[in-house]
Amino acid sequence: MLYSEKVMDHFQNPRNVGKMEDADGIGEVGNAVCGDIMKMYIKVKDGIITDVKFNTFGCGSAIATSSMATEMIKGKPIEEALQLSNKAVAEALDGLPPVKMHCSVLAEEAVRAAVKDYYDKHGIAYDPAQFCAGDCAHCHDHGEKE
Amino acid sequence: MRIYADNAATTPMSETAVRVMEDALEHLYGNPSSLHSAGQEARARLEEARAQIASCLGAAAPNEIYFTSGGSEADNTALRSAALAGAKKGKKHIISTAFEHHAILHTLDALAKEGFEVELLPVSPDGFVTAAQVEAAIREDTALVSVMYANNEIGTVQPIREIGQVCRSHGVLFHTDAVQAVGHIPVDVQADCVDMLSLSAHKFHGPKGVGVLYVRRGVTLTPFIRGGAQERGKRAGTENVPAILSMAAALREAVDRLPEHMAYVSALRDKLNDGLLRAVPHTAQNGTALRDPAHRLPGTVSLCFEGVEGESLLLRADLAGIEVSSGSACTSGSLEPSHVLLAIGRPAEIAHGSMRLTLSDTNTEAEVDYMLEKIPAIVAGLRDMSPVWEDLMSGKKPHLI
Repeated sequence: MLYSEKVMDHFQNPRNVGKMEDADGIGEVGNAVCGDIMKMYIKVKDGIITDVKFNTFGCGSAIATSSMATEMIKGKPIEEALQLSNKAVAEALDGLPPVKMHCSVLAEEAVRAAVKDYYDKHGIAYDPAQFCAGDCAHCHDHGEKE
Repeated sequence: MRIYADNAATTPMSETAVRVMEDALEHLYGNPSSLHSAGQEARARLEEARAQIASCLGAAAPNEIYFTSGGSEADNTALRSAALAGAKKGKKHIISTAFEHHAILHTLDALAKEGFEVELLPVSPDGFVTAAQVEAAIREDTALVSVMYANNEIGTVQPIREIGQVCRSHGVLFHTDAVQAVGHIPVDVQADCVDMLSLSAHKFHGPKGVGVLYVRRGVTLTPFIRGGAQERGKRAGTENVPAILSMAAALREAVDRLPEHMAYVSALRDKLNDGLLRAVPHTAQNGTALRDPAHRLPGTVSLCFEGVEGESLLLRADLAGIEVSSGSACTSGSLEPSHVLLAIGRPAEIAHGSMRLTLSDTNTEAEVDYMLEKIPAIVAGLRDMSPVWEDLMSGKKPHLI
């Protein structure tokens, strides 16, 4: 099998899938031309991510990494969510095939995009350098992040 | 229920093919190059198989059949041999098409790097190239034309006889990759004016790892594996006797049952194709709407579902017991979706949502009914969680299909 049991579990039964009408932050990364788009919604209270939902267009690992990323940031302080790395997501899924590592990068970026949107909407100051310039989920930038 | 609907990838072996192979494995151990009785018995059976395959293809003589390890080897060999022969006469122009199998395209890439000029003909939106296109592209220095008999992803059957006639009239060598055609639709190398043809046994219920390169008598073939006199000195190595015998039996059976199988399989295909198009909105059929075997393989259904990605479709289908394939980038191991779907003009985001279901005579109507019940729900489930679908439904982005 191409994927681990955990990947297949999250692909088959994705956690926190859906939309959120009253989200505090929404992040959308990826490109349909490249074959994957992730949209992540977060609800924030007192600096804690109290709820998270996602919608994903993409392959099995794109769905599984989004699902795992939502589980990993739910109930966590925002600062902690921003520390979430693609490698941690991949490891939590018992690994991804090398050609699929870009999906975990996308999941990390979706979380960060949602947080950035929350900061922007709520007038919270932040260092822009900690967020990607906006084109990080470009087709040709799908390499594994070290 | 488990349904195998990926017969263009490979087919299960027929009972006859298994029986012949088992029998040869058990009893026919001689080396066909040996002069003793065991060797000569194997030799006799091998030549019988060669003659049988020649007759199934309408070849003029058994010695026009060269056994290979499969379609890719046959394709590589045909192209390399023709290129070499052309180069000797100062001809370094090769014509092919944009939607060939990678065994052709990657060999052509290599030849281009070696100084050949490769011209890939564009494919029409319904999945064809024409003899007129080929004729217009032929030049004084054209060494070879290679056009696939039938496309492996969308199942369109090319006007091979017309293209063969054009090539013959211009004195240009013509090769066809007939891996998807042989055993599924009538193929006659002489009537089709084919100089070289590749086929693969496992596509018509034969074993894997064995195939044929047909080379018309009078066409120069460069030795491609050296070290022995096998295959008239062109391909050294002790022949895979059990697989070759099994291939010949499978082909004989496929060709004998062709009319009845074509009718049976194409009826299943139409039910599946039309049923899915009806049940799933914003779905497009890839390739021609024509249904006759001169234009479309009996077993191929190729669809694009808007707003979903092919690999997740394939995996969800597999979880539901349905084995199919997809031309999405994720299944190809690259970032680009299927070059075939791009060649017929599908935008990348549509090509990512492709599903190929390929039927054979081993499939049943009950299986088609099951697929018609399950697949629409699978697509709907993935669309439910797709941000692309959300944008299409909210009108934020226009539907492309």
